[in-house]
Amino acid sequence: MSQHSTSSSASHGDDHDHDIAAHVRTYMIIFGALLVGTILTVAMYYVDFSSMALTVAVALFIASIKAFLVAGYFMHLLSEKKLVYGVLVLSAIFFVALMGLTLWGSNDLPRNSVTKTLYVP
Amino acid sequence: MEIPYTYKARPDTGLYNAKVGIWLFLASEIMLFGALFSAYILLRVSAPVGFWPDVALAWPRGLLNIPIGTFNTAVLITSSVTVVLAWASLKMNNFARFRVYMVITVVCAFAFLGIKSFEYNDKFSHYVVRLKDGKALTGHIEVNGKHPGFWNFQDQWDVAKLADQKVDKIKVEVDPERDIHGHAKKHAGHDHEVREIAVSDIQFLGSYTPSTHPFFAVYFLITALHGLHVLGGALVLGYFAFPGAKMWKSNPEQFINRIEVGGLFWHFVDLVWIFLFPVVYLL
Repeated sequence: MSQHSTSSSASHGDDHDHDIAAHVRTYMIIFGALLVGTILTVAMYYVDFSSMALTVAVALFIASIKAFLVAGYFMHLLSEKKLVYGVLVLSAIFFVALMGLTLWGSNDLPRNSVTKTLYVP
Repeated sequence: MEIPYTYKARPDTGLYNAKVGIWLFLASEIMLFGALFSAYILLRVSAPVGFWPDVALAWPRGLLNIPIGTFNTAVLITSSVTVVLAWASLKMNNFARFRVYMVITVVCAFAFLGIKSFEYNDKFSHYVVRLKDGKALTGHIEVNGKHPGFWNFQDQWDVAKLADQKVDKIKVEVDPERDIHGHAKKHAGHDHEVREIAVSDIQFLGSYTPSTHPFFAVYFLITALHGLHVLGGALVLGYFAFPGAKMWKSNPEQFINRIEVGGLFWHFVDLVWIFLFPVVYLL
C-alpha cells in the first residue's frame, strides 16, 4: 500500500511540487513578518503611551497579528476543515468565559486584602 | 482489524485521526495556558501603582532581560519556520532536506532552553535587600565570597539563614537605578556599585524566586510549563527525525501526517511564547 501511495504522488508530482514551492515562499515571507513583529513589540516597550491600558492594547494587538500569521499559515488554519473550526470556536468561547470571569472577579478581593497604595517617588 | 483513517482522510470530516486528536489536545492546552494567563492578568491589574521594590507589592516591570528574551523569541520563531519547511520538504519528496530542517528545529529548541536556564540562573542569584531604614535595593549578592545561583540553588539565602550561619556582612552589586516605567536610568551607566551591607541592617533578603514576589511565582510557573512543552516537543521531533523516520520507507503518507501533527504542536508552543514574551517581559 505504501508503494501505491508513493507512485500516485509521483505521477502528478510536478504540479504538486510547484504548489508546495509556492507555500515555501509564503512561509519565508511570514518568517520575515514575525521577526519584524518581534522587533516592533520590543520597540513599543520604549514608547511611553502614558496609559497602561493603551500599552497593553498595543502589545496584545501586535501579538495577535503574529499569532494570526502562525496559526493561519504555519498551522494551515486558513484552509482547514469544518470540524477543526468547530473545536476551535468552542475553545474560543470557553477561553473568553475564563478570562471574563477572572476579570469580573478582579474587584472582589478577599477579606483583609491590602488596598491599592499610590506611588510616591 | 486495521484501524481506519490513520493516514487517509475520513470522507465526512476530511480529516485523518491524528489531526482531530491534536486539535482536541491543543484546545485543552489553550484552556491550560489560558487559566495561567488569567491568573497573571489578575495579579498584574490588581498590583498597587508604582514600581517594585520601592512599593512592596507593585509590579516589577522591566526586570527581565529584554535583549535575551527578544533573541529567544527569534530562536523559537526560526524553529517554527524550519519545522513547517521540514514538512514541505517531505511533501516534495526530499528526505535529506527534511532531516536538515528537523535537526535545525531541535537545535533551536535546546538553544531556547539553554538560554532560558541562563536567565533562570540570573534570577536565582539576584536578590532584593530591604533595609531597616525602609530603603530597598536589588542586585547580585556575594556571601562568604560565593555567588548563589540556579545551577547551585541549594545555596539560597534569607535573613534567618544568614543569622544561622553567623554571617555579619554581605556584598551587593547594586543594580542601576530604574525610573517608574522600569527602564534603567540613562546616567546610571553600566558599572555596578558594590556595597557592603551589615546583616544587622537587613530587614528582608530574598532572591528573585516565587516566595519573594507573586510576579516571580507566576513567571516561573508559566515559563517553566512552557519550557516543559519545548522539551517535550523537541524530544518528539527528534524522534521523528531519526529513529521514527523509518516510517518514511514503510508508510510515507502517515509519516508526513505525523510531521504535520508534531509541527502543529510545535507552532502552538511558539504561539504561547508570542503572547508570553510581551506579557511577562514588557508589560
